[in-house]
Amino acid sequence: MNDVSIPLDGRYQPPLANGEVVFDQPWQGRVFGLAILLAEQDTFQWSDLQQSLIDVVAEWDNETDGRSGDYPYYELFAEALSRLMVQAGLLMESEVFSRDAEILARPHGHDHAHSHDQDH
Amino acid sequence: MSHESARVRAEALESLLIEKGLIDAERVDDVIVRYNERVGPMNGARIVARAWLDADFRARLLADGTEAIKEYEFEGGEIQKLVVVENSDKQHNVVVCTLCSCYPWAVLGLPPKWYKDPAYRSRVVREPRQVLSEFGTELEENVRVRVWDSSAEVRYLVLPQQPAEWLGLDEQTMVERITRNSMIGVERLA
Repeated sequence: MNDVSIPLDGRYQPPLANGEVVFDQPWQGRVFGLAILLAEQDTFQWSDLQQSLIDVVAEWDNETDGRSGDYPYYELFAEALSRLMVQAGLLMESEVFSRDAEILARPHGHDHAHSHDQDH
Repeated sequence: MSHESARVRAEALESLLIEKGLIDAERVDDVIVRYNERVGPMNGARIVARAWLDADFRARLLADGTEAIKEYEFEGGEIQKLVVVENSDKQHNVVVCTLCSCYPWAVLGLPPKWYKDPAYRSRVVREPRQVLSEFGTELEENVRVRVWDSSAEVRYLVLPQQPAEWLGLDEQTMVERITRNSMIGVERLA
């Protein structure tokens, strides 16, 4: 039984606490929401995203050799969604990397997801 | 991908997709609001508004919440047992899950962050009036506070009191005004 109407199975479904989806950080909710929107507008099928997640999780398993305690679901989810966008030809890998760099280079506190209202 | 780089990547994807016109920024917000606040609370709000307007439904809801909401076939949530507790002039109900974060997902959506906070979970049991007052809810001395502890088996929904000023409003308007927090019991409607 799970309380999620998102068709991702087993390890590939979002973390649940007693059947409820939980986000530890706002960005996790946003990236999840982004995926829901893209699936709803048929940009991709959930099965495509699940396949991308399977690949990313398999790599993570390999890299961590089963030693890592925490399963960083949304980190893997963001990577899987990102790859899927590139594979589908919607985004170029190079532009994703450049945008990452632009965001990282932004002055601290500006439009920052974890801003504590001290800025400005 | 580290936590920080995933956070950055999430933002990068969103901004690029918006710029390319592949998604509409407002719709992303809508989806997030829907998943975080609306879908669930809207379901709960529909139940509450109907209970105010339909005495027979109200009676069925209070007698057996699980059975009464079956006809709605709410998606994305299986509640083994839903118990609806009614606020009155004499009793105010508030819901918590002292063990973890059990929550009536199908009727209230995703739980708010504070609901999972250990401070809320322990304090609302020990000093409910104080916690409620921090939510801006000041209860009269003669109102009894009852705290309901959720579990994997039983989820609670508070049936708030209908504000007197809302009498005569149409059902949809009421649904839009019924807040999530009022159905957890940390707020009163006004």
